[in-house]
Amino acid sequence: MIVGEQKPLEEIKELVADHERILVLGCGTCVTVCFTGGEKEVGILASSLRMATKIDGQGKVFDEQTVQRQCEWEFLDTIEEEIKEHDLILSMACGIGVQAIVERFPRARVAPAINTTFLGLPEEHGLWTERCAACGECVLHRTAGVCPIARCAKSLMNGPCGGSQDGKCEIDPEVQCAWQLIYDRLKAQGRLDQMLEIMPAKDWSTSRDGGPRRLVRQDLRID
Amino acid sequence: MKSGSNLEKVLTEGHFAVTSEMGPPKGTSADFVRKTAEHLKHCCDAMNVTDNQTAIVRMSSLAACAILRQMGIDPVMQMVTRDRNRLAMQSDILGAVALGIRNLLCLTGDHQKFGNHPTAKNVHDIDSIQLEQMIKTMRDDGLFMSEDKISGDVPIFIGAAANPFADPFEFRVLRLAKKIKAGADFIQTQAVFDIPRFAKWMEMVRDQGLHEQVYILAGLIPMKSVGMARYMKKYVAGLMIPDELVERMAGTSDAKEEGVNIACELIEQIRDIPGVRGIHIMAVAWEEIVPGIVERAQLLPRPIV
Repeated sequence: MIVGEQKPLEEIKELVADHERILVLGCGTCVTVCFTGGEKEVGILASSLRMATKIDGQGKVFDEQTVQRQCEWEFLDTIEEEIKEHDLILSMACGIGVQAIVERFPRARVAPAINTTFLGLPEEHGLWTERCAACGECVLHRTAGVCPIARCAKSLMNGPCGGSQDGKCEIDPEVQCAWQLIYDRLKAQGRLDQMLEIMPAKDWSTSRDGGPRRLVRQDLRID
Repeated sequence: MKSGSNLEKVLTEGHFAVTSEMGPPKGTSADFVRKTAEHLKHCCDAMNVTDNQTAIVRMSSLAACAILRQMGIDPVMQMVTRDRNRLAMQSDILGAVALGIRNLLCLTGDHQKFGNHPTAKNVHDIDSIQLEQMIKTMRDDGLFMSEDKISGDVPIFIGAAANPFADPFEFRVLRLAKKIKAGADFIQTQAVFDIPRFAKWMEMVRDQGLHEQVYILAGLIPMKSVGMARYMKKYVAGLMIPDELVERMAGTSDAKEEGVNIACELIEQIRDIPGVRGIHIMAVAWEEIVPGIVERAQLLPRPIV
């Protein structure tokens, strides 16, 4: 899932400072699942902002709304009127949701209330960790199902580096060394010879380095 | 000869090699480079120049190596994959050859988190093993990574690092084999303090016959104080210092002298391990101590080849 984290309230207060009628807009998909920008969090943020701005003597209106998916225009169309009635949409979706609103409603002013952090999973209660860098060329079959691009601090294709100790990465004792994980899994599967092969330099053109990416599926095109 | 560098000649002639290391200044002074190099010049066969070590910005390794060349020193240019992509690295390698640099040590580099620009973007377009492979292709096939032809020769003696003290330990020898396969001609190891572990690693290296495929130089860091010993033990990932050595540093009235004693003892013990072809002394910011250590270790004068 896409994991996000709410921006500090002080920062959000600055984002809404020049606006009167604000729609706090949640998303019912990824950010709901990671407890960042669903209906419940919309309610909490809107109340916090009402209190904070009231204390500061500002008469602002904070309305609440949540759509199933902010990243698809058909869901945004259901709240077109509400969007037009507000002078700021404070989006609690990921960066894709924010941009979907902007593209569908060119006159709308939109600000992000969350930082889109990574593509990951909930490892424990209250702990999410990164799993995928969306590099566009999956190598997981060669690395025992552990992604070195997303999970090695240096995205090494031939790790582990000299900073791997006791299974941890040099950057943080809380971070597991991805290459230790790969090694352990390959060893357990009797496939260590896989690690002796030199993995060639990665083709980054499928990643962000190739420019903004697009995907065309002729079989799904209508015209 | 792959490169004709002094280091390559010393090693191929079978001498026990000594390399040392300098960190360029956090500034523009060529005199700093020259003065530091003067301390080391007569007691080593080649001199490493670090590349933004610990992710702290310093004068470029390439520029400092060029100054060493002017002094008649054989530099080992360190290159980390953290700060440059494949274009920049290949371009710097061409420039290095043009300036007379013949040894290159391929490294991944410490994470930028440890340096003075922790908010920087890192590159890691290719990793250190792929860098070795890239240089080997440039040298042996005259081709860029893109397979375009290079005009002129690329005589580089390819170096790689090995860390017998990092984990997983059993993989460290396999990783060395991988580096040899990628193109490494010589190896400089992480600093050795834990002799039994290093000896065990060397035994595994010999079992696979790897010591005959690559020149292994054992790393050595002279300790200046007990504080330094404790800091390295606690904070430097992939470095192992036995408690006994830390206690010796703590229990002396002359820590610098004890640091030198320990360094000399380590060299002696390292020399007894079959398959080790030299020593790499890393005394960054304490370069002036190196000549004394090399002399006491009876490794002077350095051979003229």
